[in-house]
Amino acid sequence: MAKLLDGRAASSIRAIRTSAARELRITAARVIKLLPRTAHGPLTTRPKHPFWVIVSKEMADHIRSWRFIILLALIALTCFGSLYTALNSIGTPKAAGTRGNASFFFLQLFTATDGTLPSFTVFLNFLGPLLGIAMGFDAVNSELNRGTLSRLLSQPIHRDYLLNAKCIASLFVIAGLFLALTLVTTGLGLLFIGIPPTPAEFLRLLAFTLLTIIYVGFWLNIAILFSVRFRQPATSALTAIAVWLFLTVFYPILIRLVAKAFAPDTSSMAVFGPTISGSERTVLDLLRFAPGQLYSDATTTLLMPVVRSLGPLSMDQVAGAIPNPLPVGESIIIVWPQLTGLIAAAIACFALSYRSFMRKEIRPR
Amino acid sequence: MNEPMIRITALGKRYGELKAVDNLDLTIDKGEVFGLLGPNGAGKSTTILMLLGLTEPSQGGVRVCGFDPTRQPLEVKKRVGYLPDDVGFYDDRSGLENLLFTAQLNRIPKAEALLRAAQLLDQVGLTADAQKRAGAYSRGMRQRLGLADVLIKNPPIIILDEPTLGIDPQGVREFLDLIVRLSKEQGITVLLSSHHLHQVQQVCDRVGLFVGGRLIADGNIDALSTKLFTKEPFMIEAGVSGAASGSLDNHDIDTLTGLFRDMPDVSSVSYTGELFRIACTRDQTAAVARTVITHGYSLNLLQKKRYGLDEIYHRYFENGGTYGKTA
Repeated sequence: MAKLLDGRAASSIRAIRTSAARELRITAARVIKLLPRTAHGPLTTRPKHPFWVIVSKEMADHIRSWRFIILLALIALTCFGSLYTALNSIGTPKAAGTRGNASFFFLQLFTATDGTLPSFTVFLNFLGPLLGIAMGFDAVNSELNRGTLSRLLSQPIHRDYLLNAKCIASLFVIAGLFLALTLVTTGLGLLFIGIPPTPAEFLRLLAFTLLTIIYVGFWLNIAILFSVRFRQPATSALTAIAVWLFLTVFYPILIRLVAKAFAPDTSSMAVFGPTISGSERTVLDLLRFAPGQLYSDATTTLLMPVVRSLGPLSMDQVAGAIPNPLPVGESIIIVWPQLTGLIAAAIACFALSYRSFMRKEIRPR
Repeated sequence: MNEPMIRITALGKRYGELKAVDNLDLTIDKGEVFGLLGPNGAGKSTTILMLLGLTEPSQGGVRVCGFDPTRQPLEVKKRVGYLPDDVGFYDDRSGLENLLFTAQLNRIPKAEALLRAAQLLDQVGLTADAQKRAGAYSRGMRQRLGLADVLIKNPPIIILDEPTLGIDPQGVREFLDLIVRLSKEQGITVLLSSHHLHQVQQVCDRVGLFVGGRLIADGNIDALSTKLFTKEPFMIEAGVSGAASGSLDNHDIDTLTGLFRDMPDVSSVSYTGELFRIACTRDQTAAVARTVITHGYSLNLLQKKRYGLDEIYHRYFENGGTYGKTA
């Protein structure tokens, strides 16, 4: 009896297998039949370049991953939360009436707050790094641990394709995400306040989005660097978060402490204005080693057109100045150093990870 | 055509003080199934990584199909399929998707890739599981999918690093049969590394013994045993009992040992576990039998042992490399 059953099971398994094989073959045949008519063109078209194959796979991986979905939800939530508080504060005449900013009503959606929640830009300053780290911390080491890296690199692709593709794919996803977020916020704001943004405001918003992408890109590259250096994803995630915490929380405290110790004694009459502003400037310059500071400097300037300098100004410099908003170009020129600084830092991190990845020996796990 | 598929000359790799691979010379011809046999840590994997350009040699040169893996990695990787031990797949993709991804990386047009994937999945017996997530595959299934993954780019050479590790015996046999069949049908050159001598013995045309970073000997099994045991290629085991009492006393043992030792071509005689072991340079089985009988003992057991890989293996690997240095 058992033998009979076994025989039956075997034959039915065989039947399933052959039918599945036939189905696959039919699918393949159908695909071939369809191909000349679809957008892919005739069968003779060159297949996609391997680099873009990896990029599209990486993007699909990101978008499907729970990690990304959770972060997306978090960022969307805070975005709408801050939009709500911004709308609240704009509703009160006190905030809306403040001098030159009145003409840039729309930008206040991103910077204003009624005090219950931080503004949109402050949130991004905080959550952006988290997103970048989350997308990059296991870029290379997870492939290594899953044993897919040696399989991947034994295919006819250059080794740097993998690293470049991972970086590009994450940047694409980040860019798409922030562009969508900014546009959605703009759209919602438009619905609620009913005043469309001026072209200048729109340009500023685009510049702000680009800046955010670069800022998150910097953290992404730091995370990728750690993912090349550390074999355990947990170690690399922790290290990246430690760097982030240090730069956003402890670094400013440290600088202030040191500055306080060295600052000229303001109570004595011997010190004149230039010395004070000089030491203040040094402190600011030091603070700007933290990317978060660069980002907040740049966003402030971009989204608050009345900001005309990021350093201390002496009374002589301010004397006679009319508190008028700056044109977009001028604001961008002011933040140019910040922008290049962020880009340079991102590229430096990428170069470091590139260097250590190209020299790495790829052993199967 | 006469250019060997793989040519390794004076290859070496150091990790600090450690010589992982030491002055290795090896050529593998087209259509051969070559077994790289050695204990763990002998430098097999390192050699394979250097063949693929995944790590740089410290000295010497490698040519795969006439290309240098460090200078022209793409040309080599186009022609070599590599199956690492414990191959990994993207767990959240199906087996078929994993195959198609590899095909795309090799610039195989989509339609052709689908066809080939379907064929290969059929060959390795995974058609029914093609749409299942690779994460749900068993070890054996993953290894078979790995073979399909290696073959999808139609390589003239495949390199398998410990491909049978962790598969059950039945699975191992099927897997090895599949490799041999493919090699014979399509003329694929196979380099297989393993520390399982029986598997290597079963499928390989030629075997290289790898110990402590060196290739001690290579050739087919017969050539190996004559090469490695030139002094005493034959071992005769004889079970003897006394004619009257049945068991042997010390005196009997001493006389018999002396008798055997006095025979021509015998190099050593020992008595352990109720058996005489007589090592000789020529086949002396008949002479041993005659000696036992003419001296009034009865012969219970007489067997001639040929040295197989088993003995070679024990001799070289389990004696802790002392032989390796003298060989």
